[in-house]
This record gives sequence, structure tokens and C-alpha cells, in this order.
Amino acid sequence: MDQSRTTVGANGRVAGFRAHIFGSIARQKLFAFASLILLMVFFGFASPAFMQVDNLLGILQSTAVNGVLAIACTFVIITGGIDLSVGTLMTFCAVMAGVFLTYWQLPLWTGVLAALATGAVSGTLSGTFVAKLKLPPFIATLGMMLVNKGLALVVAGDKPIYFNDTDSFSLISQGSVIGNILPSLPIPNSVVILFALAIAASALLNRTALGRYTFALGSNEEAVRLSGVNVDRWKVTIYMLAGAICGVAGLLIASRLNSAQPALGQGYELEAIAAVVIGGTSLSGGTGTVLGTIIGAFIMSVLTNGLRILSVAQEWQIVVTGVIIILAVYIDNLRRKRS
Amino acid sequence: MAPLISVQDVSKSFPGVRALSRVRFELLAGEVHALVGENGAGKSTLMKILAGIYARDSGEVLYNGEPVSFASPRAAQMRGIGIIHQELQLMNHLTVAQNIFIGREPRGRLGIFLDEDRLNRQARDILAHMHLNLDPRAIVGGLTVAKQQMVEIAKALSFNSRVLIMDEPTAALNNAEIAELFKIIRELKARGVGIVYISHKMDELKEISDRVTVLRDGEYIATVPTATTSMDNIIGMMVGRTLLDVPRPAEQAARDEILLEVRKLNCGPLVRDVSFTLRRGEILGFAGLMGAGRTEVARAIFGADKAQSGEIMVRGTKATIKTPADAVALGIGYLSEDRKRFGLATGMDVESNIVMATLARHLAFGFFLRRRGIRATVESFIRLLNIRTPSATQEVRLLSGGNQQKIVVAKWLARDCDILFFDEPTRGIDIGAKAEIHKLLRSLAGQGKAIVMISSELPEILGMSDRIIVMCEGRTTGDLAWQEATQERIMQLATQRETAKAA
Repeated sequence: MDQSRTTVGANGRVAGFRAHIFGSIARQKLFAFASLILLMVFFGFASPAFMQVDNLLGILQSTAVNGVLAIACTFVIITGGIDLSVGTLMTFCAVMAGVFLTYWQLPLWTGVLAALATGAVSGTLSGTFVAKLKLPPFIATLGMMLVNKGLALVVAGDKPIYFNDTDSFSLISQGSVIGNILPSLPIPNSVVILFALAIAASALLNRTALGRYTFALGSNEEAVRLSGVNVDRWKVTIYMLAGAICGVAGLLIASRLNSAQPALGQGYELEAIAAVVIGGTSLSGGTGTVLGTIIGAFIMSVLTNGLRILSVAQEWQIVVTGVIIILAVYIDNLRRKRS
Repeated sequence: MAPLISVQDVSKSFPGVRALSRVRFELLAGEVHALVGENGAGKSTLMKILAGIYARDSGEVLYNGEPVSFASPRAAQMRGIGIIHQELQLMNHLTVAQNIFIGREPRGRLGIFLDEDRLNRQARDILAHMHLNLDPRAIVGGLTVAKQQMVEIAKALSFNSRVLIMDEPTAALNNAEIAELFKIIRELKARGVGIVYISHKMDELKEISDRVTVLRDGEYIATVPTATTSMDNIIGMMVGRTLLDVPRPAEQAARDEILLEVRKLNCGPLVRDVSFTLRRGEILGFAGLMGAGRTEVARAIFGADKAQSGEIMVRGTKATIKTPADAVALGIGYLSEDRKRFGLATGMDVESNIVMATLARHLAFGFFLRRRGIRATVESFIRLLNIRTPSATQEVRLLSGGNQQKIVVAKWLARDCDILFFDEPTRGIDIGAKAEIHKLLRSLAGQGKAIVMISSELPEILGMSDRIIVMCEGRTTGDLAWQEATQERIMQLATQRETAKAA
């Protein structure tokens, strides 16, 4: 505990709760954040193109999808579970939006709702398999990963669904509400959505019963159950929430590509999990922050972007990313052990 | 005779805590040296330094007269210092022999394949040496806790240990098993092994130890010969004050209202046709040996395990309890014997644990936590139960056993439960905190709560209970008023097997 930040009250207990919480979270994230800055400084010096506004905006935009998926994973991973279905679920949600908007020519909001609802239903199924059927989360979500992938292909019939009839659809991701107000800051909506979602998710984790039980489940599920808490219901809710967040990711990626690509999606789950883990959330559950996850997602995309600018061959980019994940988690472990 | 181990002025600090301050300790060959002190007195820290788990900050440790400093438990073990932790460190899926020789498995001629025959032979030799009738090929997970402990001891001995540290070895043993353990300790002693014995149970110390060293708040208090020192004296040194017994209230409130009635409850082999009643304001003691089914009865009533048959009446109406959530809704709380596994999220803070069962009451718009309200509630419980924690945001795992137990109590009090099951409420808790928990139980009963107290310590059962239910092998074998209960009577009922009763 940081003694200088806290004051011991007359009754021997420590006051200054806010300072304590803020301090500990700040310290926990310091390492991840410092690595992000370091990476950016490195690429900035290595190539003048890196620090160009366009490139930085590109990084922001390319982080949006993975960042949102990573937020979904953060919830599940804090409960001590894992969600392998987020990548293909994102695609399935995008396809369902396409069904509503392109196949059925319904208004934009129905497409948005369809994506979110598809995510929520799929998440509810995963959660039910985990909570009620007592399947290991790895297996339950592995199964759902394939189910979502297959359903997306079944529904879309192997080819992309284009959103050419709904003009405003592409604005979800590519428009810039901020840019309209402040032309000098053309931050795309997808980035705004990512940050808004991050803030909401963070509030959810830290200020609501849902969040408290998310941590508690990861910390000691049996103790929570024996406290008379309806553990199954909370678990299903958490997976459902994660699914709905995948719906958001589905909208973002479909909007950016102006199409739902049914063959896309597999592999995204691993990138999302990597972002969560780089951000300091423990795979064994009980600890984690959304802020860390966001930083983790940015580390991943800065790395990809920077290596591309330095003209590193794509094959080697993948290798480097893998090495960075291993290093990041190893260093984080060391740091944890010391503290 | 030169001491086997001599600890001189050893200090050790953890962030924010001075765990040991210039502590002395000495162990002779062939001696059983008891180490006592309240939880947090520094016993475990000292032993972990001896066993190479922690590094000391300052001071010196002499082993066989030469200064040593072990880098790892392995290093200490190789030099002949073994430690048996309170929580056994065995691999439940492996056999006895595999556990004993883990990491040192004998190999065949090529050095590739393990030589299972030699492994079992060597293990059998060690077990025979201890006069233990145990199959080296038995799976450890299927053994009783007592037998598992013997495996740990065998493992330590397989290193030719000259020093054996035992941290509360009898915590999970019944009387017969304790006798067996003491037999082995005496044999080790005769072979010149020095034994450090950590325990809270005074009668055991009296029986087995030669000398007692008392620590208090990380400081060395005294070393005294057991034979010529009274236990009151030792307890006095531990707590620095004399202890009051919890007095029985002179006048007892009328206890007519039946809060809980259980009829013919069945749940697996350890709950068979169990019936009893629990009245408002009483403490109902559940006595019996380990494995008599007391915990199982509590878990079945609480909905943690599924009962096969039987009726449960709560406040006169028939209740359907399928999950712990149902039980809690009816005002039933269960404090598990295994706090860390079933009672607490030890990685979370004091506050989260106390409001774990009552979070729904602290929500704005049914959703957001009202953090100020939570904090106020938690602070009031910290004061009410005198929980010693630096703050409401302290992680629970950093607190002592007694304070952890109080946090579990606070959780259920916050829930307004008026039927409380305390399963071994003072296990692993030091004597000072124990008396506090006892007082707490009394005052809860005085406030009209109905309490079931499961305990394996007869003095606790006899001193606290208004009525006593005795169980044996899943059946209730006795229902005694406290006036008619004696240790002998309870032991007799607790060992009354079905066949004996029929005869």
C-alpha cells in the first residue's frame, strides 16, 4: 500500500479510499501504458510517417474493432472464464444486420438492434452452457465459435452482404460526429464508440452489482454461491453482455467494410484475448481493468502499424506480435511477483 | 548438548508489517519444542524462514552450529529441515509413493523410464519404519486427512530430516488419529529428530512438548519447560492478559419459538434420517468426530448439497430450499469450516466480502452501487465486530484467521439472518480471537438469533451450547441439554455405531 497517499485515521483505519484506488490502478497500468508510449516513441523516431495525423487516426480506427471485442472478453476473463466465440460472433452479428438492412430493406435502427440481439442471444447460450450445463467455458465457447461461423455462412450463403441500400450505415464507423463540430479533429465515430463503450464498461465493472459479482466469481465462485447469490444468473448475464458487445463490434466492422463478410472473424478472438492479457488482466480471473484492455489493444495495433510502416514483411510482423505477447505477460508476471 | 537449530535476533518485515523483531529460538535434537502465540504473532513467519521459504532481513540462524541461509525450501529440505504445512501439499491424483518421492523418482538403468517398483519398495520401507500400515500404491486423494498427513511426514523423513516443523498438525484430526500422530512424533523424537510443533491446543502441548516458546506480536516472550509451567501461565504470556471465560447468561430468555425444524433429512451416506429443532435464542451444539456428517447436515439444509428426502420447516412453515439463494432468502446463513474455500473471496477487499450477500440493498436504480452507503455499512460492522484491518479496502487474504472469520460473520449479520450455522467457528483462530468469537456467538443468541455451532472441540461444545446434538456416521445419536452433557457422555454417543446400538 502506498503509505504516503493514505492517512491513518484516529481509529486506526485508513482513510483516503479514492487516493488508494486511483493509486493502485494507476500503478497496475503504468507498465502497459509506458510500453505503449515507448513503442510509439520508437516508431516515431524510426519513421517520420508514423507520427503523421493520418497514420495516427488510422491506428485509432483499426483498434476500434479489436478493442471492442477485447472489452467483451475482459468481462468473461475476469470471471475466470474465456470466450473463444467473440470473433465469429462479431461476423454473425454483422451478417444479421445485413439480413435486416439489405435482404429485408428495413430501417437502420432495426439492423443495429438485430446485431446487438444476435450477440446477446449467442452470449446467453454460451453463458447457459457454462452456468447450467457446467461445461468448461473453453469448450462451450469453442462450440459457439463454430456454430456462429457456420450460421453466418448459412445465412449469407457464402458471399458478402453489401450495405449499398443503407447509405447511413457506413457512417456508423466512418463518419465523424466530432469532425463535424470540430473540423480540426476528424476522429472517426468508431473510435468514439470504442471509448464510450470503454467508459461504460469500466463504470459497469467498478460501480455496479454486475461488476462486483464479475470480480467475485473470478475470485471465489463457491463462496459467492454460498453467500446466497444466484451465481448462474449472473454468469449468464455476463456472457450475454459480452455477446451484445460483440454485436457492437460486428456493426463497426461491417460499417467500415460497408459489407458483412461471412468468412471473416476467426482469429479475432485470439487477438482480443491477447489485448486483454497484455493489459494485465489475469487469465485465472478475479482481477482486470478495462483501461488495461484498451491499452493492450492499442499496443497490438501500434505494433502492427509501426512494423508495416518500417516495411517489415507481413510474415515477420506476425512473429514479432507473438513474441511481444509472450514478453508482455512475462514481464507483467515478474512485476506482480515483486509487488 | 549443542542445539540443532539456534535462531538469534532474527527480524523480518513485510510491507507495512513488522512480522518478526529480534526473535530467538532454539531447538535441541530429540526435543519437541512447541511454538505458540496468537495468530499474527510470527510463528509461521519464523518457521518459513527456517524452512527456506522466506529470507530473513537480519539476524542469524545456526544449524548444527554453523550459520546457514537457505535459498529455497528445497535447499533446506536437502540439509534435513522439513516442514509440514497446515494445508497439506500433496498431489491428490498420485499415489502415496509417487507423492513421497516427487522430484526424486528412482529411474531405470537407462535413466529415461521411472522405476515404479523401486519407488514403491523405498516408500514401503519408509512407511514400515514409521510403523504405518499404508499401501504405497494407494491414491492419496482417497485417504483420510490423518493418513495424508502421515504421507507428508513420510515424505519429510525420506530426506532424512533432522528437523521437522509441524504447523497445526492436529487441526483436522480426531482423537484416535491424534494419538497415532503422537506415537509417531515420539518415535521420531527417540531417533533424535528435533520437532517444532505449532499448535493452538493447550492440552496437546502439555502432552507432547518438552519446551514451549511464546511469541507475541512478532517478539520473543519466553521459553519455558512444559512440565513445570501451567497452561494459564502460557496463555497469559501469549495474550499479555488473563482470559475471561464466556459466562453463561444468568437468566435465559424464554425459548419457545421454533425457528427451524428438520425432519428425517437424508443426503448421501453422511446424513441419514436427521431430525432436530432449533429455537430462537439458543446455541445448538453439533458434536461428533470428523466425518460424522455434521457439515453435511448444514450444507443440505442450506441448499449447498441436494437433499434426497426430508422436511425443513422454517418459522413453522414448510420450506423448499434448493439453492443457497433460497436458504438465504429465508434468513439462513452458513459459515463454512473452510473459510478460504467456501466463505471468502480472499483476493477481494473487506468491503466486497461483507456486502457479498447484500449487494442488492445497496443499489441505486437497481443497478449502480451506492458506494457511500456500502462504506458506511462496512465501517459500522468493522467497529461492531472489532475487525482489525487497516482499511475497508484491505485484501482479505492479508488478514488473520480471526479477522477473516469476523468478516464472514459480518456478511451474514448484514443479511439479517436469524438462523446461523457456524461450522467450526474457531478453527485456526488464536485464543484471544477465539474468546471474542465466543462472546459474539453468545450476544447473537442473546439478540434472538438461533445458532447451530458445529465444533470438534469438546470444551467449546460444552462451554457454549445450550443443547447438544451428537452425530455418528450420519445419524444423530444424542440430544442433550447442556446440564446433562459431559465429555464422556458425548464421546460415548459420538462413537455409538449403528451395530452397537442394535445390540
